[in-house]
Amino acid sequence: MNNTNIWQDPTALDAILRNMSDALKTVCITKQIEQPLMVGIHTGGIWIAQRLQHLLEISEPLGALDISFYRDDFTRIGLHPLVRPSHLPIAIDDRNIILVDDVLYTGRTIRAALNALFDYGRPALVLLAVLAVRNGRELPIAPDITGLQIELSPDQYLKLEGPEPLSLVLDNAS
Amino acid sequence: MLDTHNLQLDQNGRLRHFLTIEGLNKALLTEILDTADSFAAVAERKVKKVPLCHGKIVVNLFFETSTRTRTTFELAAKRLSADVLNFNASTSATAKGETLLDTLRNLEAMHCDMFIVRHKDSGAAHFFARHAAPNVSILNAGDGRHAHPTQAMLDMLTIRRHKQDFSKLCVAIIGDLLHSRVARSQILALNTLGVEEIRTIAPRTLLPTQIESLGVKVYYNLQQGIKDVDVIIVLRLQKERMAYGLLPSEHEYFRLFGLTEDRLSQAKPDAIIMHPGPLNRGVELSSQVADSNRSVILQQVSNGIAVRMAIIAMALGNTKATS
Repeated sequence: MNNTNIWQDPTALDAILRNMSDALKTVCITKQIEQPLMVGIHTGGIWIAQRLQHLLEISEPLGALDISFYRDDFTRIGLHPLVRPSHLPIAIDDRNIILVDDVLYTGRTIRAALNALFDYGRPALVLLAVLAVRNGRELPIAPDITGLQIELSPDQYLKLEGPEPLSLVLDNAS
Repeated sequence: MLDTHNLQLDQNGRLRHFLTIEGLNKALLTEILDTADSFAAVAERKVKKVPLCHGKIVVNLFFETSTRTRTTFELAAKRLSADVLNFNASTSATAKGETLLDTLRNLEAMHCDMFIVRHKDSGAAHFFARHAAPNVSILNAGDGRHAHPTQAMLDMLTIRRHKQDFSKLCVAIIGDLLHSRVARSQILALNTLGVEEIRTIAPRTLLPTQIESLGVKVYYNLQQGIKDVDVIIVLRLQKERMAYGLLPSEHEYFRLFGLTEDRLSQAKPDAIIMHPGPLNRGVELSSQVADSNRSVILQQVSNGIAVRMAIIAMALGNTKATS
């Protein structure tokens, strides 16, 4: 397996995160969103959400979602061995949510995360912010905020390593 | 002891059936506890249900009466979105003479995915697991005097939530160890998780011979036995299984082995008190102790749902699909 590291330069990732934060500010102004709640998807999504939370100066605590109980591949591969508790410290009813993940690929994780989120309550609105958006969608899901866009072949797998420092790593299966 | 360890795991070492603690390693028991912790959070949400086992059918196959275990298994399966069938042996074909194997085959023909078995005979769940189809999973909800592994795991979760590190703990188990499948599973789980010391405290007539071989210290005196312990597990006096002559009277049992506030002062100040239920107040322990703030008996019941969700989900996830 080849292991090519890309965007391991922390300053490059910092610049991408600052751009995402600026774009989120603009979207919030346009859509008249005040006091959004930030929710990260385990594990990489939480790392990104923490940084965006800091840049956007959101004071309310960050929510953490584990989507293992909502995955659509349970009957094929069983329960994931490492399930972490989900924790949403603040009621999400009628709130504006910024859902954050590290990589958007098939869209199945986001489908699961939305289902999980709605079992906690009925948010007013959900925005999706993703650090790296790649091709290969299998569901009608699109991000509102994109850090960077990347075209990869189906045998390539992109993941975020962290939490300190953060780096995007490309695994090449071929 | 039954040779069940291979039967319980698939070729990748993952849980297929859950029949006994024996043969399961510390990593797997810890995985069950960690998963249970995640499921416990589901109970605090608006929707107390996850879609994980949607479309699966779980059968409660109880040949022996139970309220707590059966209802918590039912609630656990329902919180996983499985459909639940309750099969009561006293009103079923078993009462008309059907064999265990025929009962199993009939329920398999109804495309059920999991059987949760309680039976008065040791080895009943093991028997089912040996004969079950590859797409069917068996959980032991108590077999004779042999094992009650989900009760042991909910007790481990309760202990971990209060004491975190197992390696420094001294745990005392008081009472009817002779008839207790719960105690046997607890001792195995506590040893696997690596507690420092396990003590058993009981009159000689209620202790199995050679219980020391399980790695416990034996005490015949309650005051000595609970000195400086961190966890006290009080067992129920199993009157229904008890042969005549093992005890002079319940009153005398309470006088010598009943847990009272006074005797509790021997234990560590932060010791917790557990009991698998149902309680015999004034026999195994005083009402004052049962209702005190050191008693975690009702937390055990709540933890039972989370642990059973974890075990059902882990085992159902590892069965082979029929199609």
